[in-house]
Amino acid sequence: MAHEAAHDHHDEHHDHHEHQNFFQRWVMSTNHKDIGTLYLVFSLLMFFIGGSFAMVIRAELFKPGMQLVQPYFFNEMTTMHALVMIFGAVMPAFVGLGNWMIPMMVGAPDMALPRMNNLSFWILPFAFALLLSTLFLPGGGPAGGWTMYPPLSLQSASLAYVVFAVHLMGISSIMGAINIIATILNMRAPGMDLLKMPVFVWSWLITAFLLIAVMPVLAGAVTMLLTDKYFNTHFFDAAGGGDPVLFQHVFWFFGHPEVYIMILPAFGIISEIIPTFSRKSIFGYKAMVFAIASIAFLSFIVWAHHMFAVGLPLGAEIFFMYATMLIAVPTGVKVFNWVATMWGGSMTFETPMLFAVAFVILFTIGGFSGLMLALVPADFQYHDTYFVVAHFHYVLVTGAIFAIMAATYYWIPKWTGNMYSEFWGKVHFWNSVIWVNVLFFPQHFLGLAGMPRRIPDYNVAFANFNMISSIGGFLFGASQLIFLGVIIHCVWFSKKKATDRVWEGAKGLEWTLSSPPPHHSFTIAPVIHDDELAHGHTED
Amino acid sequence: MISGGIRPKGSKGIVRALGAGALGLIGMGLFGSTVLANPEPGQLNLTPGVTTYSHVPYMLNNVALGVCVVIGILVFGAMFIAMFRFRKSRGAVAEKWSHNTTVEIIWTVIPIIILITLAWLATDGLRQFSDTTGAQMTVKVTGYQWKWRYDYVDYQGKAISNVGFMSKLDDQSNATRQLNSGLDPYAVKVGDENVYLLNVDKPLVVPVDTKIRFVITADDVIHSWFIPALGWKMDAIPGVVNATWTNIQVPGVYRGQCAELCGQDHGFMPIVVKAVSKEDFAKWLADQQKSVAPAAAPAPASTAAAPAQATAQVAPAHGAQG
Repeated sequence: MAHEAAHDHHDEHHDHHEHQNFFQRWVMSTNHKDIGTLYLVFSLLMFFIGGSFAMVIRAELFKPGMQLVQPYFFNEMTTMHALVMIFGAVMPAFVGLGNWMIPMMVGAPDMALPRMNNLSFWILPFAFALLLSTLFLPGGGPAGGWTMYPPLSLQSASLAYVVFAVHLMGISSIMGAINIIATILNMRAPGMDLLKMPVFVWSWLITAFLLIAVMPVLAGAVTMLLTDKYFNTHFFDAAGGGDPVLFQHVFWFFGHPEVYIMILPAFGIISEIIPTFSRKSIFGYKAMVFAIASIAFLSFIVWAHHMFAVGLPLGAEIFFMYATMLIAVPTGVKVFNWVATMWGGSMTFETPMLFAVAFVILFTIGGFSGLMLALVPADFQYHDTYFVVAHFHYVLVTGAIFAIMAATYYWIPKWTGNMYSEFWGKVHFWNSVIWVNVLFFPQHFLGLAGMPRRIPDYNVAFANFNMISSIGGFLFGASQLIFLGVIIHCVWFSKKKATDRVWEGAKGLEWTLSSPPPHHSFTIAPVIHDDELAHGHTED
Repeated sequence: MISGGIRPKGSKGIVRALGAGALGLIGMGLFGSTVLANPEPGQLNLTPGVTTYSHVPYMLNNVALGVCVVIGILVFGAMFIAMFRFRKSRGAVAEKWSHNTTVEIIWTVIPIIILITLAWLATDGLRQFSDTTGAQMTVKVTGYQWKWRYDYVDYQGKAISNVGFMSKLDDQSNATRQLNSGLDPYAVKVGDENVYLLNVDKPLVVPVDTKIRFVITADDVIHSWFIPALGWKMDAIPGVVNATWTNIQVPGVYRGQCAELCGQDHGFMPIVVKAVSKEDFAKWLADQQKSVAPAAAPAPASTAAAPAQATAQVAPAHGAQG
């Protein structure tokens, strides 16, 4: 392959790269490791920004009565909290993890399209600067919920900015997904068969197809909002022959696969971490891969479960109820397989394993509330109440975010060559897991008691659990500063060096590289020994 | 050195303790609620409600919760046992196996059976809810930013053309909720019941023991009409008419809120339904009709939504605003 010769040349001339100045290395990067770092740093910053919006929300909801903000600003906070967390924190974090790890896991020298990779990242700071700037403009930021239902969202003065920002984020995701698919399908080292790849790589391969399928649908939906507001179309206006519910169908056709986009890479991460710390192969490798694919497929046919209260025909409600319940089967298989991996293992509980175990338990609780929500007559009570808020925060915070944190602790010794402080990692873990439950578990009760979503004030009957939840929120938020401290210490101040393998039970190509790996790794394709892979033997 | 496999001796006690805990949890859910008309402080579960339908979501919720608690005990129990028994620090040596077809088939088939059972229960409940025929009364609900309008359409076969009114947040709640009002939400009461943000100036008055069909729409943005005690909510969408029904069995005052983000005062447009005996309702209705001069207030919704078997959306013809 022609690439090898060119990269050989680079490899022997290491010094050449130390001459890259800051601008060349970080703004004009074509390196998957540096771009991965850029995504991760950006995502952490967005996590704190989105988190501060959540602090405003929980502060206003601490007691009944309005103490801090006007209702309209409160709606801006709920809207922006979700947009920032979904598109700025969770998705870029998974892209960053994918960028760092996928080439190393499959024995590739870099991503298939390194320059496009850089563009994919650099679009994001501009998109979010645009989105966040709306908070400071006359008329304020978007306040119609991250779901942007018309006609309400059409009343927003900042709609055009939000639509443009969403388009930019969508382009970034689509290009990133193309890169991932091209890399995984074309650049695996010889001997890295598809069914020998790490589960994390499979999870990203499948997620990338979901992204390409649905981001354009979101783009279509928000463009129709734009033209309805500014160009006299009537897609969502009944008086003009349209239908507000059309938006919901188009949005959720994107929106449901979107939530699976936010969880499938997490499944992949957990399937890497648990076997390592159990010193035992993942139980049912092929079933795990097949389950991810099934979940991805099913995610396309359940969207209307977000719309059970709009007045769908009976047949539609029944179909979407059954299809939604069906997703519990492959998801359950995954949970059972993780437990079966632990069973009979030889476990140690370093910080990555603690977060992974917490993921399995708490994500499953989120799955339980999801199953309850799938039952339409029950959903008529739960819909648009705090029961839904509790459900999705369990799957997104104790699910996706905990997986991202687990992955950070797991791989940061490889990225930096330094061990993080295990003591402070555990302090971060225990604080996070306790306070996140204080924050979100009472919200189930609030929803069952009938407290609606997206309200800045409430009847005194809801006061006790709201206060408990807010306390949990403040302490959970504060605990994340420990995470920031652990990372900063690990990158710049840690004296403990990491070995190549880092973790005793770790298997796979990425662990054969040094810690930190060379700036350009696998410039010559590695020779693959099946015994060194986590899934080198495909009997299961 | 501990090998794999299940050892019944040590784990029985744990299983018993966990089982007792589960029963306690389920008990709290099932038996811990008398008929709750409006939210109670510290309320843990749904209200069984006061209508002929509301026990359906209540029962489904409890059954699903019970299933989830049992599965949770089994799965989390296995995890905790594993984390204790198979620690490296305890000398555990990792097994080599990574598949077991029998076990995998069992834990795929059993969940499918559980799901089919839940689906069967839920489908029946859904069919009940979707049948809006045979109503003795029709009420039209219209959502506005940020209040509701109620129009009485017909009662016991007789059309009502002049009873309709707006229903908005009561003055005391409204004054209290202003930013830094200095007023105490705990002081907003009707009798002993705190009604802060759950009270209106003019409630919807309806008779008990009567199948009431609601036709629900909106004037501006999407709202949602929600009273937990009735057992359902339905979106109010501009340009669309949604049909639902209820049959309240217990006289009382039932409170709910708008359940779809509709702008700045989404949290401040509550819903109050006062259910009275049929005699009291007939008197109230007669009083209302006498005190209002006959006005042309046609209700196109009643003809458009007549054949509704399901909770179908019916767009009024000729672009009439709902």
